[in-house]
Amino acid sequence: MSNPLSAFLRDYLTVGIFASLAFVLVGLLLFISWLVRPDRRQAQKYIAYESGVDPVGDMWSQSQVRYYIFALLFVMFDVEAVFIFPWATQLEVFGFFGLIEMTIFIVILLLGLVYAWRKGVLRWV
Amino acid sequence: MTLQLTGSWYLVLAAMIFAIGAVGLMVRRNPLVMFMCVELMLNAVNLTFVTFSRLLDDVGGQAVVFFVLVVAAAEVVVGLAIIVAIMRRRQGANADDVSLMRG
Amino acid sequence: MTGFVAVLAATEDIPTPDVDWSAIAPNLILMLGGILLLTVVSVVRGRLPGWFHAVWTISVATAAIVAVVPLWQRVQDSGPESVLAGALVLDGFSLVVTATICVSVILAALLLEAYLRRERLGGPEWYVLMLLSASGGVTMATANDLVVVFIGLEILSVAVYVLAAMHRRRVSSQEAGLKYFVLGAFSSAFLLYGIALTYGATGSTNLSRIQAFLADTVITQNALLLGGLAFMLVGFGFKVAVVPFHNWKPDVYQGSPTPVTAFMATAVTAAAFAALLRVYVTTFGPTYRTEWQPLVAALTVLTLVVGAFLAISQTNVKRMLAYSSINHAGFVLLGVLAASAAGDAATLFYLVAYTFMAAGSFAVVAVVGRRGDGHHDLSDYQGLSRSRPGLALVFTILLLSQAGVPLTAGFLAKFYVLAAAVESGYTWLAVLAMLTAVVSAFMYLRIVVTMYFAEPEGEPRRPRIPAAAGLAMGLCVVGVLVIGIVPGPLSDVANDAVSQLVAVGR
Repeated sequence: MSNPLSAFLRDYLTVGIFASLAFVLVGLLLFISWLVRPDRRQAQKYIAYESGVDPVGDMWSQSQVRYYIFALLFVMFDVEAVFIFPWATQLEVFGFFGLIEMTIFIVILLLGLVYAWRKGVLRWV
Repeated sequence: MTLQLTGSWYLVLAAMIFAIGAVGLMVRRNPLVMFMCVELMLNAVNLTFVTFSRLLDDVGGQAVVFFVLVVAAAEVVVGLAIIVAIMRRRQGANADDVSLMRG
Repeated sequence: MTGFVAVLAATEDIPTPDVDWSAIAPNLILMLGGILLLTVVSVVRGRLPGWFHAVWTISVATAAIVAVVPLWQRVQDSGPESVLAGALVLDGFSLVVTATICVSVILAALLLEAYLRRERLGGPEWYVLMLLSASGGVTMATANDLVVVFIGLEILSVAVYVLAAMHRRRVSSQEAGLKYFVLGAFSSAFLLYGIALTYGATGSTNLSRIQAFLADTVITQNALLLGGLAFMLVGFGFKVAVVPFHNWKPDVYQGSPTPVTAFMATAVTAAAFAALLRVYVTTFGPTYRTEWQPLVAALTVLTLVVGAFLAISQTNVKRMLAYSSINHAGFVLLGVLAASAAGDAATLFYLVAYTFMAAGSFAVVAVVGRRGDGHHDLSDYQGLSRSRPGLALVFTILLLSQAGVPLTAGFLAKFYVLAAAVESGYTWLAVLAMLTAVVSAFMYLRIVVTMYFAEPEGEPRRPRIPAAAGLAMGLCVVGVLVIGIVPGPLSDVANDAVSQLVAVGR
C-alpha cells in the first residue's frame, strides 16, 4: 500500500475487472441467444438494418405512427430515471424512508405502464 | 488583459438563449420547431438556476433542475402526442393550417 | 444481501421530512382517486357500467371536500401550519381554494357525463385527467415554495392540454389543444425564468424564506428581483388570460369540449389566481407592493376594457363567454391589486361565485351545442324561451349574475372587489371597472334578448337536457342565488380564510 504506483494500479485493476466482466457478460448473452434462437437464412436478413424501415428511398418518407407512440413512452420512462439516479447514489443516507418513497414512485410509473399495456399500446400491429 | 469567466457571463448567456427561444417560438410556425424553442427556453432557465446555485453556494437551485427536466419531458410528450393526433387526421402539421377559429 | 440490510439499518444522516398525512389529505384523495380510477378501469375493462366514472369522480371530489372540513377547523383553532418541510402551507385560504376546485370538478364531471354520452365518446381518461389536474390545482393553491407552484401548475396544465384536445372527431378541439399547449408551455417558461431570477435575488425559492429575507434585508441592486417579478407576472398573466396575454383564450375556450371549457374557466382560473395572490400579495406584498402594483394596475385596466369591448362584437356565444371571462379576470385582478386582507377575501369570494356562474353558463352552452358540440352561434339561441323555457330561465339568471345584478352572487362578488379596491386607494380603477361592467352587461342582455324576443328561423329546436347536465345547472343556479341572497356564510368564510405564510418549522 505504501507504493503510490501500486495503489494506482489497484484502482485500475477494479476498472479492468469491471471491463472484463462486461465483455464476458455480453459474450455470454450472445452465446446463449445463439444457442437458443432458430437459424433460418433469408435474403431480407442480409440487407442493412434500419429499425424495420426500408433503407432506400425518399428521405421524407412517412414512418409509421406507431414509432411515435413507442418513442413517447420511452421518453416518459427514460426521464423518470432522473429521480432514481440521485436516490441511488444516496441510498444509504436516505435509508428506509427513501426506499419507501422510491417504491411509491416506481409503483405509480408501473401503473402507467399497466394502463399502456391494457390499452394495447405495447402490441405491434 | 484576461477575461474572468464570472457567473454573470453564464447569466447573460442564459438570458440570450431564453430570448432566442422566445423569439423563435413567436416567429416559427412549425410546431416541432416551436417545441424545440420551448425546450431552449426551459434549458436557459436551467442554466440560470445552476449558475445561481453556484453563486449562492446553495444546492436548492440544482435540485430544481431535476424537476424542470422532468416537467419539460412531460410537456413535450403531451405536445407531440397532440401533433400525432392532428397528423393522423391530415397530412402535415403547420401552425398556420391549424386555424379554424379566428376573430 | 448483507450490504442491503446494512443500508436499511443505516442511521439517517439527512433529516427526512415529517409527513403529516392528514394535512395533505384532500390532495392525496384527488390524486389517488385519479390513479385508482385509471388502474381499476384499465384492468377490469368493459365490465363497469357507463355511469361508473362520473360517480367515482364525484365521490372522490366530495371526499376531498369532506377532508377539508376538519382541516378548516384545525386551522381556525390553532392557526396555519407549514407542511412537508415547508413545501406546502395549510391555511384557510388554501383550504377554501381546494374546496372550490373540488366543487368545479363535481360540476364538470356532471357535464362530462352528459356530454360523453351524447357525443358517444367514452373512457375514464377524461375523468382521470380532470382529477389529476385538480390535484395539481390544489398543489398550486397550497404551495409554499415557488418550485411547488411551478410543479402544481404543470400538473394542472399538462392534464388540461390533453383534455382540450380529447374530442377525437372535432378538428377544432385538437386545434385548441395545440394552441393551449404552445402558449401554456411558453408561459410556463416565463414563470420559471421569473422564479430563477427571484431565486438568484433572494437566495431561496421558499415563499416564507423570501418573505423573511425581504423583510430583513434592503436590496440595493434590485434589478434581478424586479425582473423576476415581471417575468412571473407574465407567466401568471398567460395562465389567467390577462390582456395582453389573453389571445389564446377565445380560441381555446371555443375549441375545447364544453365541459372542459367549464373546468378551465373554474378550476384552472381559481388555482392560478390563488397562486398569483399568494406570491404577489402574501410574499411580496409587505415589502415590494409599490413595485408591482403599477404593473398590475395597468394590466387590470387593459383586461377590464379589452375583455368587455371585444365581448360585445362576438356572435358566437362560447366566444362571448370567453371574452367575458377575461373581463371577470380583470375584476379578480382588482382584488389582488388591493393587496389587503379585504382584497384577499374579495378575491376568494369572487372565485367561488364565478365557479358557479361560469360552470352553469357553460352547462347551458353544452346542452344548446347539441350533438357535435358545434351550435354555439347566437342564432342557435333564438326562441329558446319557447322551446325550452326552463333552460332559458336558467341561462338568464346565470347571465344576470355574471352581469352583476343585485340578489345574485355576481353582484356581491363585484361589490366586495370594488370596495377592497377603493379602500386601497384605487377609486379611479373601481369606477372604470364599473363602466366596463355596464358594457359587458349589454352583451349579456343581448343573449337574453335573443332567447326571449328574437324570432327563430324555422321551427325552434328543442335541445335534449340530460339529467346530469340538468343537475349541474340546478346546482349552479341554487349556488348563485343562495350566495346572492344569503352571502353571510360565504363572506365569513372568505374573511376567515387569510392567506398566510408560515416559517419552516420542524
